[in-house]
Amino acid sequence: MIAEAGHYALVLALALALIQSVVPPIGARLHDAALMNVARSTALAQLLFVGASFVALVTLHVTSDFSVANVYENSHSMKPLIYKITGVWGNHEGSMLLWVSILALFGGLVAAFGNNLPLSLRAHVLAVQAWIASAFYLFILMTSNPFLRIVNPPIEGRDLNPVLQDIGLAVHPPMLYLGYVGFSISFSFAIAALIEGRIDAAWARWVRPWTLVAWIFLTLGIAMGSYWAYYELGWGGWWFWDPVENASLMPWLAGTALLHSALVMEKRNALKVWTILLSILTFSLSLLGTFLVRSGVITSVHAFANDPTRGVFILLILCLFIGGSLSLFAGRATSLKQGGLFAPISREGALVLNNLLLTVACAVVLFGTLYPLAMEVLADFKMSVGAPFYNLSFVPLFVLLLLAVPFGPLLAWKRGDLLGVTQRLLTAGVAGLVVVAIVWAWTRGGSALAPLAIGLGVFVIGGALTDLSERTGLFRLPFATTLHRARGLPRSAWGSVFAHAGLGVALIGIVCETTWNSEYIATMRPNDVAQVAGYELKLDGLLERQGPNYREMIAQFNVSRDGSALSVMTPSKRSFTTRGSSTTEAALLTRGASQLYISLGDVTADGAIAVRIYHKPLVLLIWWGPVLMALGGMLSLSDRRLRVGAPKPARAKQRLQPAE
Amino acid sequence: MRRMMAAIVALALLAVPAAHAVQPDEIMSDPAKEVRARDLSRELRCMVCQNQSIDDSDAPLARDLRLLVRERIAAGDSNAQVLDFLVARYGEFVLLKPRFERQTLLLWLLAPLLLTGGGIALWLQLRRRSRNGADVPGPPLTPDEKARLAALMSDDATSR
Repeated sequence: MIAEAGHYALVLALALALIQSVVPPIGARLHDAALMNVARSTALAQLLFVGASFVALVTLHVTSDFSVANVYENSHSMKPLIYKITGVWGNHEGSMLLWVSILALFGGLVAAFGNNLPLSLRAHVLAVQAWIASAFYLFILMTSNPFLRIVNPPIEGRDLNPVLQDIGLAVHPPMLYLGYVGFSISFSFAIAALIEGRIDAAWARWVRPWTLVAWIFLTLGIAMGSYWAYYELGWGGWWFWDPVENASLMPWLAGTALLHSALVMEKRNALKVWTILLSILTFSLSLLGTFLVRSGVITSVHAFANDPTRGVFILLILCLFIGGSLSLFAGRATSLKQGGLFAPISREGALVLNNLLLTVACAVVLFGTLYPLAMEVLADFKMSVGAPFYNLSFVPLFVLLLLAVPFGPLLAWKRGDLLGVTQRLLTAGVAGLVVVAIVWAWTRGGSALAPLAIGLGVFVIGGALTDLSERTGLFRLPFATTLHRARGLPRSAWGSVFAHAGLGVALIGIVCETTWNSEYIATMRPNDVAQVAGYELKLDGLLERQGPNYREMIAQFNVSRDGSALSVMTPSKRSFTTRGSSTTEAALLTRGASQLYISLGDVTADGAIAVRIYHKPLVLLIWWGPVLMALGGMLSLSDRRLRVGAPKPARAKQRLQPAE
Repeated sequence: MRRMMAAIVALALLAVPAAHAVQPDEIMSDPAKEVRARDLSRELRCMVCQNQSIDDSDAPLARDLRLLVRERIAAGDSNAQVLDFLVARYGEFVLLKPRFERQTLLLWLLAPLLLTGGGIALWLQLRRRSRNGADVPGPPLTPDEKARLAALMSDDATSR
């Protein structure tokens, strides 16, 4: 009954989306407010029905109703409750339902909080949202229905892939989808602007908060996924240039470029056409990501589905939306007027450079991901593109970008003074060089590049702080004035300081982890002691334990440094009986920003166990960086000018001065 | 040019991830040779895995390949010879860093081409626009939009 209700709610949502696709644009053409307002009600009703459908699937999973194929294939009655819930999106059908739920959520938010939008713009935006939604509802209902029943229901389910039975699954996919799907809003705004044939600074002001929300979630989602891989896959790697990681990185790169170009458009009314194009590209890359992951075109840990009909269906959606939007763009873009002149050396110029580098970086990732596929199909040439390629092609682009980052915020709009900015960045530059010298001397003759890269990170952080001290007059004005100014600084200014500093922090973490990672690989017996990076790890013993739906073998290590005991670490290996597979649960010991990492291998015939112990210096900075970036994004979002809702005080003022 | 390439190669070395599935019994007795084996392993694909290098993978094939690499190194092969040996056996598919050749030309040249092309295009565009002077103003605003704009701008002013 619940399954059928969920299925029916989804069909109703499709019907609502179809109405929302057609009626509001007609209303806009006829200048009929009532017809345009249909979009608002249908968007909210759609949210209600998709939400009901999603809740139905969650209920089916929680109650372990194995007469539903999706539950049977991905759940088990003994599975802990949290994984019963997260297992809903740990499979193809459920994750697509999550995708459309989030799409409906964003549509509902625009409908609920878009009161300050011009009526026709809102109608068009919601109509475009409904086009996307209709396509994906059809996709789910025709090829990936999560509510299908089994004729002879089995007693027990087949359990969820053990690797996915982790708290990471509760956070990573929803965050990532909030990011991916969030970019649909800027896409819809761009299409609406192209349909209406007009776009102005106010448009950019409406789009920026939505883009920012999507970007924050995507940043956190990618970082979370990376940390999950780091501790779950058992060898301490945190980025693999896997096609699916690339699929999430591409929208992030394009979205970051979009955030910056929308800034130019909002402040200076320039880069309009480019901003529209970026909005289209960012969401197109999100769709491409969905296609790559869902079609199974590229084999990867994330591809649950290998069904060709699904792949073809998503490919059709992809062609329709990307092709359609780009044709619309080609036809209409020239009618959009460019405004706002600027010299090459200016804040605008710096942001253009940012966009150029981010777009090229994005293109490199896109090519690296699709090139082997294209060569295999077109030239029958089987090849691979992996981490070493990206290190050679992607990293130099980011080094250039990071060198330029501190200059951007310090340059003036329209016409900047590069020499003056360089002088103001002198302190940050000197700080960077001092750090290079110290690290170089300290590591004595190791790789010359690691100190340089750390110096670059310090320069980026120093640049962000310079921006802050310039704006507040630190060291130039009395401290009280500085404090007062800091308080009066727009939140978005603080946001950019945090986000840019986050880049530097992440870079330092990446360099330290990759350069000074120490490892110890050996077979150990009880009472053996391993020495890694000044820590002594004594293997106390091995023990077996029964978990809810697995058996695990735990190794207990006593960790000490200079003779004083620090902690006990318990890495384990779990074997899941239902699927007959096992996972390694690494043990982590955090010391400041560094971590000790132990993961277990196989037990040999004579009772010894293979262990891998790593000391990863400052590894946590890799994820603190993105967290800082997201924090910057949130600060910027909380800026009064950008708040998503209607600016109420402004309304009051509007009433006081009607004759304008 | 060669120096620049060297610099780029060196920069890239920074970002080589440390991720390992090497078993204790595989490690070579000569540390220098072991380092070479590890570096090579990171550039070789485990063909039955999902986008993993043989250095990362726990698959039996990856182990066989790791042992093969070490065997060739022990036999006195240079790094290039080891790679040639593996490509002869398994094809270009085994290389995670594709070789610079006819089929991969576009892949390798994409970033420099786009960067210079984009830079030149931007430069020309900027010059053309600054020569043409200011643009034509857009369509006039409707009274409703003027009121909205005023509301937005006054809101902006108070927050500064």
